[in-house]
Amino acid sequence: MQAFEYASPTRKEQVATLLGEHGAILAGGTDLLALMKDDVVTPRRLVNIKQIETLRGTSYQPGNGLRIGALTTIADLVEDANVRQNYPVLAEAANEAASPQIRNLATIGGNMCQRPRCWYFRNGLGLMPVTADGKSMVLEGDNRYSAILGNTGPAYFVSPSTIAPVLIAYGAKIRLYSPSAPGSGVRELPLENFFVIPKSQKDSEHDLRPGELVIELVVPPPSQNVKIGTYEVRQRAAFDWPLAQATAVLEMDGNTVKSARIVLGHVAPIPWLDIGGAQEIIGKSITPETAMASANASVALARPLSHNKYKITLTKVAVKRALLKAAVHNSGGAA
Amino acid sequence: MKDDTAQKPDSNSGVTRRDFMKISGIGVAVPLVLGPKLVEAAGEEVAVHGPGKVAVTLDVNGRKLTAQLEPRVTLLDALRDNFNLTGAKRVCDRGACGACTVLMDGKTVYACAVLAIDAQNTKITTIEGLAQGDALTPVMEAFVEHDAQQCGFCTPGFIVATTHFLASHPSPTMEDIRRGLSGNYCRCGTYNGIRAVALATKGRVS
Repeated sequence: MQAFEYASPTRKEQVATLLGEHGAILAGGTDLLALMKDDVVTPRRLVNIKQIETLRGTSYQPGNGLRIGALTTIADLVEDANVRQNYPVLAEAANEAASPQIRNLATIGGNMCQRPRCWYFRNGLGLMPVTADGKSMVLEGDNRYSAILGNTGPAYFVSPSTIAPVLIAYGAKIRLYSPSAPGSGVRELPLENFFVIPKSQKDSEHDLRPGELVIELVVPPPSQNVKIGTYEVRQRAAFDWPLAQATAVLEMDGNTVKSARIVLGHVAPIPWLDIGGAQEIIGKSITPETAMASANASVALARPLSHNKYKITLTKVAVKRALLKAAVHNSGGAA
Repeated sequence: MKDDTAQKPDSNSGVTRRDFMKISGIGVAVPLVLGPKLVEAAGEEVAVHGPGKVAVTLDVNGRKLTAQLEPRVTLLDALRDNFNLTGAKRVCDRGACGACTVLMDGKTVYACAVLAIDAQNTKITTIEGLAQGDALTPVMEAFVEHDAQQCGFCTPGFIVATTHFLASHPSPTMEDIRRGLSGNYCRCGTYNGIRAVALATKGRVS
């Protein structure tokens, strides 16, 4: 690991100045330190934000929903009584992430900013590795875990967070702070818009501006007629990233789906809003047949690379099972 | 190399090689540990440490330990290289194998994934701090009884993880045990023995 300076400010207003042009934010550090040890990123200064008390804690109000401070650890989220009661699928996804030791350190803000696990990227070849003659190393090489959706290029990695798709399905927003932003300095955007497919090597996969800091996530209150299910297809039961993941949030009118939001994980460079699959289930009751039809619609636009066709099948499995799990789910809140 | 070559002034810098050696010697004599520089941020001065060595004080197994460390030194390397606590093992050094598991404020963490400077003001417990003197803990005894090790390199991390898991889960199912110990690898494959340890000692760890 290359040498760096280290600062621990106590107020969020101080972070941007301390970061300067070559700084990086240190929260849990579980991803950042590994990237630094491999010289994938080489910040000259780390700004530890764990002394900033306003970034801590969660709060829940029935009318306003849930606020999750950026420094909330994944383990805190699993144990949080309000999360367990009102957003059980969020607690479930958090509990499936990584390992106990990682969950005790890693923060929700850091989880949103986690860098892709793509092995080309992790070996220092960038998000869009190319060969000497300008060809994509991913297309030419081993792309078994690469994207099947949103992969028109030149980015083929998959978004690594298992928690982001669930938060997006719940309608979460992310709040970012920068002293140079207008007004209070807080910029709020739907969480799905925080993730972007980079178009060139210079671009990031996050809409995070220089000096900007994730301060919190806000999740709207669960409605009474909602059914939710999530499913991860995994090679290993624990301490691994899924091969495909689907989360379905369905607003019901009796047994009929009135509106639907399905978000896929690990199949595209961003958490993937599955418009086709959601459209297909609206107006229907959830049965194995309608869930399968929705799953087929989910991957209608999928384009396999040379070694990842199997991910299309696994994505269908994830969507179908997420819908069937939602069908037997008791909605959050007082239900 | 002839002597006169060494005496010839460097045409670029005007400094002879001999002078350079002298200057370097003076450089080494200057203390490497300097106070932090202060950077003004949002109307307040914030201490910026490093990249050179900084005084780092850790609370490990109830003892205050201090060393001069660069900010880039991990908790794991500080424990092993500076404080002679070699129970936590350096295997993957990427937060993926569990061999360096220690307790930080009572929770399991990978010591390789924490900077030593960032572990200040927390309470660290290593495998060395679990036992009282030479007496083995019930979990340690059970590791011997159930033949739960082969090469033994993962054992300290597994014992810390198992001890903490059982303290917070007094009556786990086998599925709970599998999940609860999923952050540690044993490449010899002694998982059956380790799970037997957890079953045999559950309810006896606090």
